[in-house]
Amino acid sequence: MTVSAEDRPVGVDIQENEQNRPVIEAIEADNPKATVRYLPGMVRIQSPGELVINRETVEERLGREWETHEFQLAIISYFGHIKEWDDDQIRIAWDRP
Amino acid sequence: MTITPKAPRKLTMKQRYSALTRDLEWDPSYVSDEEMFPLTSFEGITIHDWSKWEDPFRLTVDAYTKYQAEKDKRLYAVLDGFAQSQGHLSLTDASYLNAMKLFLQGVSPLEYQAHRNFAMLARHLNGPGPRFASLCQSLDEIRHAQTEIHTLSNYNKYYAGFHSYLHMHDRVWYLSVPKSFFDDALSAGPFEFLIAIGFSFEYLLTNLLFVPFMSGASFNGDLPTMTFGFSAQSDESRHMTLGLEAIKFLLEQDEKNVPLVQHWINKWFWRGYRVTALVAQMLDYMLPRKVMSWKEAFELYFEQQMLGGLFQDLAYYGITPPLHVDKAMQEKEYLSHQAYWILYQFSHAAAFTTSVPSDEHMDWLTEQYPDTFPIYRTLWEKEKKNIAAGGRHFIRGLPQLCQVCQIPMGFTEADEPFIQAQRESIFEGERYNFCSDGCQYIFDHEPVKYRQAWLPVHQIYQGNCGAADLPGVLDWYHMKPGDGGEYLGSLDNQNWKKWHDMADETGGN
Repeated sequence: MTVSAEDRPVGVDIQENEQNRPVIEAIEADNPKATVRYLPGMVRIQSPGELVINRETVEERLGREWETHEFQLAIISYFGHIKEWDDDQIRIAWDRP
Repeated sequence: MTITPKAPRKLTMKQRYSALTRDLEWDPSYVSDEEMFPLTSFEGITIHDWSKWEDPFRLTVDAYTKYQAEKDKRLYAVLDGFAQSQGHLSLTDASYLNAMKLFLQGVSPLEYQAHRNFAMLARHLNGPGPRFASLCQSLDEIRHAQTEIHTLSNYNKYYAGFHSYLHMHDRVWYLSVPKSFFDDALSAGPFEFLIAIGFSFEYLLTNLLFVPFMSGASFNGDLPTMTFGFSAQSDESRHMTLGLEAIKFLLEQDEKNVPLVQHWINKWFWRGYRVTALVAQMLDYMLPRKVMSWKEAFELYFEQQMLGGLFQDLAYYGITPPLHVDKAMQEKEYLSHQAYWILYQFSHAAAFTTSVPSDEHMDWLTEQYPDTFPIYRTLWEKEKKNIAAGGRHFIRGLPQLCQVCQIPMGFTEADEPFIQAQRESIFEGERYNFCSDGCQYIFDHEPVKYRQAWLPVHQIYQGNCGAADLPGVLDWYHMKPGDGGEYLGSLDNQNWKKWHDMADETGGN
């Protein structure tokens, strides 16, 4: 059974705490197909095909400047492939169709 | 809310990475490449262009140190608060700490070994990208070892079983399972190590190993462990990336690498998976408050994410899911029951305690494993009768160990819950025993390596473990009264009751 890269879920696990709440909200806002599951101490967000984290959306919710490097403080684990991690965006997707 | 516009940065992240990490590379002029990097040719891996290695994190030394310092600051704030408020009394039960004893004795020393080997890769890989990623991982791993030891040292003041973890790691029978796994990887070449630890352990299996421990900690009132765990896991996403980039890099560099990589995936999936038997029993039996069953964790983190996601990507290169993965999927129904049953019967020679699951606990297990747990329930019901008659069951003899994973040979055939699985190979006139097809496959490819295994039971019989009787061996293990055996009535159990009665009488604190 082959599922195309557009449908295969990718996702991140994020620590559930006060600092990360705006980050989680930003991810939900930018990824309308994402589903969120709460596990003890952590939040798992997954989305079919692709998941993006945009600096601007996080900054709007956080009310301060936020470097994408800072996402390293929030992330516990991920599945998928980190396709892009630059100043403005982190994008997780599978590599192959 | 408006945000003041950012002052334009001099360099973008990409440019900084290229300037501060990649551009520090130089070509040697008075030695050859082979002399400078002598370890990257003997395994038969072909690399044409090291500059093709990708590092999506684009880390530089300044960014790395800044965020790592912040992670430590957050962790130590939690540790102090927990210690100052006698946080250990708010755990669900003292028996919860058995999971943490196993972690400190079995896993933390592996972090230190990982630190050492990644430091070596940081010197010996030819490309600056993977060298820098290895350097970061080497520093991460020593941070993990230190923060884990520091966090759990707080429990050592009050509970048994935490005191001699390093000494025990090198000697004790059940700890030879994780130790031999890692020694196996350390004694391989650099590329095999990258597939063994970087890919198979950090990417395929890391979530099965760490997330259950950490969510379990969170659910059982162990805030410091949850915090060090998630703090360590935040580095794990970089380690996963290193492993994934490593495998893609090897596969893209030369077609001849594909069969070597496939064999390493087959081998290291099974090698790592066998270590997770300890996690399986921890999740299903050691946590007083349950998070999820091993079966559910395996389905979520392995079947859905790895088989359903990753391996579809790797199929592009001609890589197939690991050999014997079907056996692991069959075993998810009973792995934890058999692993805990083994530990239960040998815990008089362990630095953790075990106990018969309560009725409520067994009801939960029945819900989670409707097809298999009823069989094991009959064993526990029988054991409850033994205990009522004054005879808690401990095995006094020594078990046969699997030559490869070193777990006592207590696993059964998949569809025969009372028939022990046993495989054997003869090499140069000697017979070797294995718990599974997976372990036999590993031995048959490298018999000269695995016949040298330091098997704790053989070592006892050979007279290398301090004494020929149990008290003598336990002494050689540095085990103290109260470290092992039955939980009910143990030192930890008595102290726990005493402290909580005291708290009731004085109205808390």
